[in-house]
Amino acid sequence: MSQVEHKRGRPYARIASRTFALLCAGATWLCVSILVLLLWNIVSFGWDSLSWDYINRFPSRFAEKAGIKPALVGSLYLIGLTALFSVPIGVGSAIYLEEYAKKSRWRTLVQINIANLAGVPSIVYGILGLGLFVRAMQLNRSLVAGALTLTLVVLPIVILATQESLRATPSTIRQASYALGATRWQTVWYQLLPAALPGIMTGVILALSRALGEAAPLVAIGAATYVRFLPEDIFNDEFTALPLQIFSWTSQPQKGFHEVAAAGIVVLLVVLICMNALAVVLRYRFSKNKRW
Amino acid sequence: MSLSEIVIDGRPKRMSDTSSRKPLARASTLSLGQSNFSRSADEIAGQSKKIVTREVDFFYEAKQALYKVTLDIPEHCVTALIGPSGCGKSTFLRCLNRMNDMIEGTTISGEILLDGTDIYRRGTDVVELRKRVGMVFQKSNPFPKSIFENVAYGPRVAGIRKRSELNEIVERCLRQSALWDEVQDRLNDSALQLSGGQQQRLCIARALATAPDVLLMDEPASALDPKSTAAIEELIFKLKEIYTIVIVTHNMQQAARVSDQTAFFYEGHLIEVGNTNELFTNPKEKQTEDYITGRFG
Repeated sequence: MSQVEHKRGRPYARIASRTFALLCAGATWLCVSILVLLLWNIVSFGWDSLSWDYINRFPSRFAEKAGIKPALVGSLYLIGLTALFSVPIGVGSAIYLEEYAKKSRWRTLVQINIANLAGVPSIVYGILGLGLFVRAMQLNRSLVAGALTLTLVVLPIVILATQESLRATPSTIRQASYALGATRWQTVWYQLLPAALPGIMTGVILALSRALGEAAPLVAIGAATYVRFLPEDIFNDEFTALPLQIFSWTSQPQKGFHEVAAAGIVVLLVVLICMNALAVVLRYRFSKNKRW
Repeated sequence: MSLSEIVIDGRPKRMSDTSSRKPLARASTLSLGQSNFSRSADEIAGQSKKIVTREVDFFYEAKQALYKVTLDIPEHCVTALIGPSGCGKSTFLRCLNRMNDMIEGTTISGEILLDGTDIYRRGTDVVELRKRVGMVFQKSNPFPKSIFENVAYGPRVAGIRKRSELNEIVERCLRQSALWDEVQDRLNDSALQLSGGQQQRLCIARALATAPDVLLMDEPASALDPKSTAAIEELIFKLKEIYTIVIVTHNMQQAARVSDQTAFFYEGHLIEVGNTNELFTNPKEKQTEDYITGRFG
C-alpha cells in the first residue's frame, strides 16, 4: 500500500524539488548579478579618475584636481583607533559574560541588551557621540571623538563575536584546564583565548569593516568633509573619512565630482577587500593547528 | 560517626599503616578473570582511608542525583564505581575534586574528607585540591598544543618555570604513563597527531604532572579499542602503587580486572560496596546481582 502512495506522490515531489532548486539558484544568481552590475557601474564610472595622484592629492574645488588623501588617511586612523578602543573593551566584556558572570536575571538582561544594541541604527550612536565625546568630554570633532563614536557602533558586534567563539571552544578544554589546578585567569589566558583567537579576529575585522563604511555617525558628530591637511593631533585636528568624502562629492551638482566619488568608492572597496582578505588569512593560519 | 572521630581515627592509623603495609603481592585466591592482581579484602582493610565520604547528597537544581552516599576509598587501591547510566557514579566522582562547582545550580551536603580534611569546608583552596586530586576524562581531551606543553601545563600553572625541572617532570610522567618510548623523539609535535589511545595516556601523564595523591578516572577507556584499553588497564595496575585511583566504568569486566574495591550505584544510591572479587562472585544485594549478571542496565 505504501508503494502505491509513493508512486502517486512522486511526480509532484520531483517537480516541487526541481522548482525549489531553480528558485534558490535564481536567487543566488540575482544577488551575484546585482553585485557585479554595481561594481561594473562604479568601476567604469570612476576608472578615469583613479590614479596615484588621486590617492595622493587633497580635495579641491575642481573635480579634476580633487584627491582622496585626507579621507583615506582619516579612515585608516579611524579604524586603527576604533580597534584600539573596541578590542580590549569588547573582548573583556565577552570574557566576563562567558566565563565569570553567574547565570542571573541581570546577566540575561545585559545579554539581551547587547544583542539589541547590535541592531540600533548607527545615527543614534552618532548623536550619543556628539553629546558625550564631542561636547561633554570636549574632544571636539577630532579623530578620537570619531573613533570613540564608531567604537560604540561596533562594540556589540565585537562582544557577540567573541562570546560566540569562546562558546565554540570545547568545554572539555575548560574542564581539563580546571582539573589540572589552573585558575580561571590561567584557563582564560592559556587555553580559551588562544583557542578563540581566530574567531575573535574575524569578528573584529568584520566589525572594523563596518566602522570603515559608516558615514552617519560621523555626520552626526559633525566631522568635516573638506579637509586640506592630514590630521596630526588626534585629539584636536579636524578629520574626514572615506564615506564622508564620497557623500560630500555625490551631493555636488557637477558630473566631474560624481566620477571622483565613484573612484572614492573603488578605494573604499579595495580597503574593505584587503581587510576581509586579512580576516580569511588570519583565520586560516591560526586555525590550522586547532582541530578537535 | 562524626567528623572528629574520623580525623582522629584516620590519622594515626594511616601513619602506622605505612610502616606495616603488606607487600603488594598477588594475593587473591578467587578466580575471576585477571583479577589476581587485585588486593584481597584483608589488604584493603589494611590500607588507610584516603578519601572518606559521609552521607553525601547532591542536587542539580531541584533534582537529587546522590542520596546519602557513604564510602571509604582506601589508599593505593583502585576503587571502581559501576552502575547503569545516570546512576550518579560520574557525579560522585566529580564531587571528589569539586568539578561540579563549575556547573551552576548544584548543591551538595554531607562530608567528603581527603586525608581527614573536609574539602567542602569554607576556605578550601579548590585550585590546590585539584592539584592533589587529578582527573582523567572519558574522552581524551589534550590541549591543541605540543605533547610537551600538554604535560607541562599543570606544573606551569603551579608556577614552575625552570626548563630543566619541567623537562624532568614531563619525562617522568610520560614514563609513568608508558608513553615515553613512543613520543620521546617528537615532544614538540602537536598532541592531536597522537592516536586515541596515546592521547588518553597523554591525558593521564598530564594529570600525573601535578603530582596528585588521587587520580579520578571517568570511563577512561570507553572510547578506545581493546588494545589501547588493555594498555590503560595495565597502566592502572602500575599507578596504584603510587596513587589512589577511583575509576568510573561501564564495563564490568574492566571493573573486575582492574579494581580492588567496587561500589555499585543505582539511581543515586550506593547500593553495595566491597572487595571486587567478593562483590562480583557473591553480591549481597539483589540489585547488584541483577546488574552484574546483566539482567538490567
